[in-house]
Amino acid sequence: MKINFVLNHKPIELDVNPTRRLLDVLREDLHLTGTKEGCGEGECGACTVLVDDKPYNSCLTPVLNVQDKEVLTIEGFREMKEYRIIADAFADMGGSQCGFCTPGMILVSYALLKNNPHPTDEEIRFALSGNICRCTGYQAIVNAVKVASEKGVKL
Amino acid sequence: MIPKYLTSVKKVDNEEKMAGLALFTDDIQVEGAYFAVTLRSEKAHAKILDIKVPTLPKDYYFISAKDIPGENVCNIIVDDWPVFADKETNYIGESIGLVVGPDKEKCLDLLNEFEVTYEELEPVFEMKDSYVHKEFTKGNVDLFKSSAKVFSESFETGYQEQAYLEPQGMLVYFDKDDGRLTVKASMQCPFYIHKAIMRVLNWPEEKIKVIQPAVGGAFGGKEHYPSLMGAQLATAINKIHHPIKMIFDRKEDVPFTTKRHPSKTDISAYLDDKNNLIGLKIHVNIDGGAYIGCSMVVLSRALIAATNTYTFENVEIIGDAYHTNKVPSAAFRGFGSPQSIFAMELFINHLADYLGVDRFVFKNKYHVKTGDVTSTSGIFRDEIVLDKIIEKAKKMSDFDRKFKEYSKPNSNRGIGISTFLHGCGFTGSGESTIINAQLKIKKDKNDIVTFYTSQVDFGQGNRTTLKRIVVDTLGIPEDHVIYDAPDTSKTLSTGPTAASRTIIIVGGLAAKAAQHLKDIWVSGKEQEIVEPYVGPSYIKWDEDKMQGDAYPGYAWGANVVEVSFDPVTYQVKVEHTWSVYDVGHAIDERIVIGQADGGLAQALGWSYLEKEEAVDGRFMQKKFSDYIVPTSMDLPEMETALIDNPFKYGAFGAKGAGELTFVGGAPAFALAFEQAIKKPVHKIPLTPELIMELVKDED
Repeated sequence: MKINFVLNHKPIELDVNPTRRLLDVLREDLHLTGTKEGCGEGECGACTVLVDDKPYNSCLTPVLNVQDKEVLTIEGFREMKEYRIIADAFADMGGSQCGFCTPGMILVSYALLKNNPHPTDEEIRFALSGNICRCTGYQAIVNAVKVASEKGVKL
Repeated sequence: MIPKYLTSVKKVDNEEKMAGLALFTDDIQVEGAYFAVTLRSEKAHAKILDIKVPTLPKDYYFISAKDIPGENVCNIIVDDWPVFADKETNYIGESIGLVVGPDKEKCLDLLNEFEVTYEELEPVFEMKDSYVHKEFTKGNVDLFKSSAKVFSESFETGYQEQAYLEPQGMLVYFDKDDGRLTVKASMQCPFYIHKAIMRVLNWPEEKIKVIQPAVGGAFGGKEHYPSLMGAQLATAINKIHHPIKMIFDRKEDVPFTTKRHPSKTDISAYLDDKNNLIGLKIHVNIDGGAYIGCSMVVLSRALIAATNTYTFENVEIIGDAYHTNKVPSAAFRGFGSPQSIFAMELFINHLADYLGVDRFVFKNKYHVKTGDVTSTSGIFRDEIVLDKIIEKAKKMSDFDRKFKEYSKPNSNRGIGISTFLHGCGFTGSGESTIINAQLKIKKDKNDIVTFYTSQVDFGQGNRTTLKRIVVDTLGIPEDHVIYDAPDTSKTLSTGPTAASRTIIIVGGLAAKAAQHLKDIWVSGKEQEIVEPYVGPSYIKWDEDKMQGDAYPGYAWGANVVEVSFDPVTYQVKVEHTWSVYDVGHAIDERIVIGQADGGLAQALGWSYLEKEEAVDGRFMQKKFSDYIVPTSMDLPEMETALIDNPFKYGAFGAKGAGELTFVGGAPAFALAFEQAIKKPVHKIPLTPELIMELVKDED
């Protein structure tokens, strides 16, 4: 079946089985491997992509569900000016260690700051809670979101 | 508070990881690679009588012990772990064979068509058959017989899953250029895999190479298990001559790969009739699982650390690792010491309570000082600043005031402090006798320097710090130094990425090699140095007797944890943590604090969230929806400080930091929790079910 959506700011048409996981379509068909599979059941958030600016677990999303929607992966986001602000904040605060959760963490941080440019600590922790990081203990990531919030008023 | 990191440099791999450009094993595309899935044992202990292989379609293969040209052995330390279970299986989930073919789903379907016939044997699930026993004493333990009183307690800790975010995975192919069997995998120790393959194929070293791609966390879980996968996939590619990828599903990774040893530690304090402490007897028991793996070394470390930050005159230390028909337990951050230190930290507080004396005054009396004799009759040679560490941690957390306040009845709140140490590097003389690291550094005609190690950066930041050590020693611009991820065809072995040895041992070696290159530096000339590791001359160690200096140096720390308790739901919440560490001189503060907070987070998970339970040898928690890894909502704000105390033998004064940060979290948490519920704790994880038992017991 033909599925149409906007991927990383460009319209795309794919002829795929509509029940396939968005994660597999991105990684296997389109070679967009910045989106990771950590658990395959929506618990870890390593597979996070933004669909119409909201975080989605792409491992739980049949590709049919993004029909006519806008999908943003790390490959698209890294070309945007907002990426630089968030990525620099992650680098400064030590928010990325092994890096496997990082693309997902950066995308949820962007989704949060876009909606809520000056979140409280609690709001940050809530926003990050669907994404597991086993390396940092989260403090460095919370700090990174705060720094990005201070620097990126217009996010 | 937003920290400022004045001593930190840009991490070399930050940009590629944040942008999603770093290639982890499953991200590497190899045209037409086949997939491998594992046929696993369904029985905890049984003879394998027959394996009925279904009719396999074209291009699908079954690989088993029969296909091994060399030996069916994956050597960790001893030769007890088979690459594929052949005549007998010893745990549920043990690999019997691989199904390999072009389509992963088809491979999985085929797995269901296999019929394995077993003859069941009696399994063992309890710790009763010891397969490694150690014991040693310090001082005069005969005095225990003259004691008037004995105070005894037992402590238990559970399994823990490493829960690295990237599951185990491996890719094998023949390199078109040099013809070598090439392995790329999520790993910690490239040379361990290399050796495992040599053994199983009976091949010489130069026909194989192991290259590290990006690795998504490890924590000890990728120290040994990838050797088994390497031996299996090497057997497969040797038979079918086609690239193969094997990526574990989380449901496979959690229940069937190695984890932290569960433990039971019994401690007795012998007292005279005036309540003076004569000495302690400590017996550490760990559940090693079906094969010994590295359990004897884990046990050694648990025993050496058993007296923690205290000096007792007379000590008897006994340890047993037990064979059970469960997944082998193996390396995990801390490597045995978290289990024994958990027991000792709680015990010494309980003992003070039993004696009716102030906990802090009592502990202080026994705190280790420079020059004290260790439990293995070595000497603590570092400059020990435990007093400063404790003082700072207490001040940061407003400890004394809170401790008094939360001591009141029905406070439902508590604060606990732990002190702890971690020996850096391999135990005893292992660095000189077993590992024998050698580091190569060379310079080309353009004065561009390249150096090689076998150290894997799986998130700790060591690629950044090792490079910085060489750059700063040579005093040349950063882009004049090339330091790539390990490739066993290019690097000499500088040993495994384990035991908090990377910076203290390999960093020291890198600094020395760079200094020697600098000493002979002639611009415009090709030059090369091979630097062998030479241990400090004071290290003398007898592994059989467990006597001597166990480590070249120790890192130190204190954790303060504050918790609140809900008496209605039996839930506990970590409110805040404060930590102070002495890791010698922290070369890169941001990296060290990242290790510190991550280690403590993992320890808090082990304390109250991460329950993994085997029933009849089968793990009940199989994935992230039932094995609870802490989220950002479960963990509190963490404040961490470092005390600068340069270490004479480490690179730039640094000691190890990776594992130290795990060992004190559980006792600090448990002590805080005890205060909140006004009951002693002897077991973790403190799940709501266990808490309910504890609280109801009071009634």
